[in-house]
Amino acid sequence: MQKAIQNGRHDTTEPARTGERKQMKGSQMIWEALYREGVDLIFGCPGGAILPTYDALSEYEAEGKIHHVLVRHEQCAAHMADGYARATGRVGVCIATSGPGATNLVTGLATAQMDSIPMVAITGQVPTNLLGTDAFQEADVVGVTQPVVKHNYLVTDVNELPQIMKEAFYIAREGRPGVVLVDVCKDVQNATGWFDYGIPVELPGFEPWPEIDSTAVRRAAELINRAERPLVLAGHGVQLAGVSRELLEMVERAEIPVVTTLLGTGNIPESHPLSLGMGGMHGEAFANRAIQSCDVLIALGMRFDDRITGRLDRFAKQAKIIHFELDRAEVGKNIVPDVAVIGDLAQTLPGLLPQVVARRHQVWLQELDEWRTETTETDILNYEVDELIPPFVIRQLWHGSKNAKNGPAILVTDVGQHQMWESQYYTHDHAGQLLTSGGLGTMGFALPAAIGAQMGQPGRLVWAVAGDGGFQMTLQELAVLKQERDLPVKIAIINNGFLGMVRQWQQIFYERRYTGTPMLSPDYVKLADAYDIPALMVRKPEDVAAAIEQAQNTPGPFLIDFRVKEEVNVYPMVPPGAAVDDFIRRPKPSVVQGYSGVEPSW
Amino acid sequence: MKHTLVAWMRDKPGVLNRVSGLLRRRNFNIDSLQVGHSEQLGISRMTFVVDGDEHMVDQVIKQMRKVIDVTRIDNISDRLSVVRELALVRVRTTPETRSEIIQIVEIYRGEVVDVALDSMVVQIIGSEDRVDSLISLMENFGVLEMVRTGRVAMLRGSSERRKRGSSVWSARSNGIEAATATDLFSRSGV
Ligand SMILES: Cc1ncc(C[n+]2csc(CCOP(=O)(O)OP(=O)(O)O)c2C)c(N)n1
Repeated sequence: MQKAIQNGRHDTTEPARTGERKQMKGSQMIWEALYREGVDLIFGCPGGAILPTYDALSEYEAEGKIHHVLVRHEQCAAHMADGYARATGRVGVCIATSGPGATNLVTGLATAQMDSIPMVAITGQVPTNLLGTDAFQEADVVGVTQPVVKHNYLVTDVNELPQIMKEAFYIAREGRPGVVLVDVCKDVQNATGWFDYGIPVELPGFEPWPEIDSTAVRRAAELINRAERPLVLAGHGVQLAGVSRELLEMVERAEIPVVTTLLGTGNIPESHPLSLGMGGMHGEAFANRAIQSCDVLIALGMRFDDRITGRLDRFAKQAKIIHFELDRAEVGKNIVPDVAVIGDLAQTLPGLLPQVVARRHQVWLQELDEWRTETTETDILNYEVDELIPPFVIRQLWHGSKNAKNGPAILVTDVGQHQMWESQYYTHDHAGQLLTSGGLGTMGFALPAAIGAQMGQPGRLVWAVAGDGGFQMTLQELAVLKQERDLPVKIAIINNGFLGMVRQWQQIFYERRYTGTPMLSPDYVKLADAYDIPALMVRKPEDVAAAIEQAQNTPGPFLIDFRVKEEVNVYPMVPPGAAVDDFIRRPKPSVVQGYSGVEPSW
Repeated sequence: MKHTLVAWMRDKPGVLNRVSGLLRRRNFNIDSLQVGHSEQLGISRMTFVVDGDEHMVDQVIKQMRKVIDVTRIDNISDRLSVVRELALVRVRTTPETRSEIIQIVEIYRGEVVDVALDSMVVQIIGSEDRVDSLISLMENFGVLEMVRTGRVAMLRGSSERRKRGSSVWSARSNGIEAATATDLFSRSGV
């Protein structure tokens, strides 16, 4: 994500494509603005209220300036723009018609906003004279989307359109990134006005880059230098600010172990000895214990979400907490820090670096290593397993893709058990390698987001990893893989016959009453065949590696249906409302892994 | 505890909805909310009263700052300020009670703005306390209808002048200040 965002940092526009004041229709203004913002890809689906704008697209498509990807459901237009933005660091753009088109977008907008992804959504709206009359396909889109976007606009005057488009990109990109929606009335698209993109953006109430308080940075450094058991808790902000390198430099110099959030995965290489992987609800025991026994917790670009903190009043009670955060509203929201350093991590972390002294923390690291060893003993992969279990599949996926060509493989996960196994068993050595819906936890995210990511990074290997449940929520987008000239997204379905994560909760908290979770799937190989996509079904552990290799060696898309053992649980697990060190460990296989009276064989 | 906040915002369509939507979504308890023009063209001024602890007020201010159209917000609770509210009360009257009511209204420096045979409309402008107390007296005669505006507030001259020219925002948020703010509400968080 780093590079492009950094280019945009603190600038009002991306490298400007200059042009003089011109008269044109509103519909053309939209594309002209997108073009000047450097947008060359847009995801969407047309309809009546946005038709003038689609008509004006033809010229831009013909000139090769902007390519439109037709989606099969608008939710996926938003997810694709989101995946594109996550993979490239640029603003993702999607477009839909009024009413149902716009309401279909909402889940995707909320998903992106919750994870601070820069996105602009354009929707058609009924003509201004019909606003508020319950006209055909009218919905109050500005009202509906307001709680799930950073900002939104209803455009009723063509002369305001250029300014609004410019502001939309500015707001989406600057500061903590987010989603901006522009709802354009149909008559505005048809009207003619003056287009001028040289206008400055003036938003007196928008404060994207707060000034940095150097005293706060100094106090943070003092605390860090005095710590005996320091710990970094690194979130998505590290990637958004592109400071993985600075982070690594700091933790190596002062020997500080690092726990990440789900979205902070890969902030430092997970194979690095100082990496403890992900913490929180499904973090490894040693990572959570580190949180609960450090003396200084350095939180970087993260917001103390309940999935990472567990029970708040028992979270890192013993530690002094330093919170580096761009969005001041996150400071003191869930956890009140001892020192708050508000501002852009790309400035505060380099500012902190020279003040951090080189140190060793042998005792602390040794303690952590003992916990780590103990965890390894209960690790699911150390059990003797002759059935196909998801952690094994994920591990094989890592073996098969870790040396991918043209840069590290991009893993796009859906939501559920497989998402947690992926984060536990895939060793992410690069920031931005894992794309997943962390905040909203949106099932159906993986396939469309992987499509967006692949279009943004055409040369890289992209794997979509989804459960049988989530995959069936957006599988219609398989058609896009074909329509976009055999987009080489590889798909792994972790097919366990259940809404697995929900089933796990039912097993643990609701005495195995599996209501609404057993789940029938189509024959995915036949399904893929219907879309003319090559596919395999895998049932045995010994076939996994070969299948992955075949998928990666086959040009274009490929789908693998992994028929895994049904009732396997994600461990460790911090039950909701419990403290993060109050976890359920991996039980002995015979206790929990069996199901319905059938003794498991491992 | 009640806090009086004053916010300035661009007078754009839907801005009130943005602000009230935010307050609702974040589950903040709002006692009253009043909006009108400010001295500056295109900028509206909102006075609102939040009922909650330091933590909630801190969050209200910070979240409000994120609303793009909000240009400034001030917590004036512990600063010298003029706070006023207006109420109109229709009170039941009889020939026997009428003069007593008028007397009370005069003591409160209120005004009788409409008289009918069996009722009259009383107007009062004052601090919330005064308005409360007049209304409770009127209740003895029978309040038929009532409307209150909610607080509007403005800093007194001396403190306002000191504030001008310094930071527009009043949220305690950065650096050391945050650490002191933290002591005000416990580590247990929300
Ligand atoms: C859109 C949406 N609906 C419902 C949920 C609740 N939910 C969370 S995980 C899950 C089960 C996911 O099942 P599956 O996709 O098969 O993945 P698995 O957990 O089996 O790996 C459900 C239903 C959700 N996160 N998102």
